[in-house]
Amino acid sequence: MNCAECEILLHPLIDGELDAFHARDVEAHVATCAGCAEKLKAFRAMREAMAGADLKFAAPASLRNRIEAALPSPSAEIIAPRKFFQPARRSFFGGFAMGSALSAAIAATLVIGVFRIDQNQQVADEVVSAHIRSLQAGHLMDVETSDQHTVKPWFDGRLDLAPPVIDLTAEGFTLLGGRLDYIDGEPVGSIVYQRRKHLINLFVAQRLGAKHAGALTESIQGYNVRHWSEQGLDFWAVSDLAGDELGEFVQKISAAVHPSGSS
Amino acid sequence: MAGDANAEQDKAQRFRDAALPYLDDVYALARYLMRGSADAEDAVQECYLRALRHYDTYRGPAMKPWLLAILRNVCTAEFARRGKREIAVDYSEDEPASEQLPMWQEPLRSPETVLLREQDGATIRRLVAQLPQPFREAIVLREVNELSYKQIAEVAGVPVGTVMSRLARARSMLRSAWNVAEGSPPITTSGMSP
Repeated sequence: MNCAECEILLHPLIDGELDAFHARDVEAHVATCAGCAEKLKAFRAMREAMAGADLKFAAPASLRNRIEAALPSPSAEIIAPRKFFQPARRSFFGGFAMGSALSAAIAATLVIGVFRIDQNQQVADEVVSAHIRSLQAGHLMDVETSDQHTVKPWFDGRLDLAPPVIDLTAEGFTLLGGRLDYIDGEPVGSIVYQRRKHLINLFVAQRLGAKHAGALTESIQGYNVRHWSEQGLDFWAVSDLAGDELGEFVQKISAAVHPSGSS
Repeated sequence: MAGDANAEQDKAQRFRDAALPYLDDVYALARYLMRGSADAEDAVQECYLRALRHYDTYRGPAMKPWLLAILRNVCTAEFARRGKREIAVDYSEDEPASEQLPMWQEPLRSPETVLLREQDGATIRRLVAQLPQPFREAIVLREVNELSYKQIAEVAGVPVGTVMSRLARARSMLRSAWNVAEGSPPITTSGMSP
């Protein structure tokens, strides 16, 4: 781990949001780097100072009363924005309120949309974050070898499952190695492949997407994500590779995982 | 339709019980996003109005981040209406902080020599309020609203990795400003103040 990576990861460490796996890395780096050790100390002091200071603002009683008074109105039609805002007040949201209920509805729908993210979507976001972390942290691989027979046993004892490690070098996807990662607090296996300059993280877990057996294809933060389930395992492929090439990769892995092809 | 009216009353009561306990949290975020107290109050009121309208479709995961996400959208919409894109502006992650913060370009003393100066609550509030978006939002959601990284990601609509880098940037900027701002004598690395 270098200082640039440490500078980012020491924050989740302070906030208690870093998994044990990465926390150990940060602590190991801090033990040998005076600069990062001082930063950690300073940011911890800052956190404590902020926790001890009163940074909140209590809502004024008048605001509470205004909202209380507006709430029990019997129907949505009656709580029209015009009525809700006190007309005598400098009409801060006046343009908005008079503008259209439609835009209010659209804006609110956007909010609701955020919370309709199903579990698969949340896992997809985490998978992409894990992919990005693996690139940032210089921690792409724990076991670095193109030999599938080395990677596969490496996972034994580190995971409850045996992720299939498939060598696709002949088909243009070079096996680089494997890594233990954590998604949603669960240990997962990641098998790393490369196509030209593009890295692919193939995450394999017991049941990351819960009951969602459905396949998923999408693009998050510029990364293509494919998800599918097979043989009781959950697969997530993430890469900056073009969607169709990642699709090809998924097909080849999927074909190899099928019971007919055993390693 | 007395039945409907009763159902609405009932819904309003359930909403009141669920949402009003977070009024201080919503107001605090509004103060940091809108800066002025009158603007913040209007934004909070609008937030609760919208939240009640959409309470039927509310599915969780938790009331506090849900309300804060609505408040954030209210503020975004208001800035859009005013023609300023205060919240929507997303500085690219590798852009140097000095470009947005010219006032911090000339530190009065080298931050390296200062671990952390003591500051009072009012100064810290002011320093946080001076952070540019989206870093201000990230640090407020974390330190004031006490959300988890995952919840901050939901409120801001970005992946957890982005939350992490925004918090790192926010705290770095805050630390520079913090040590430059007037305050008690600095706590030095050696732990001995002159």
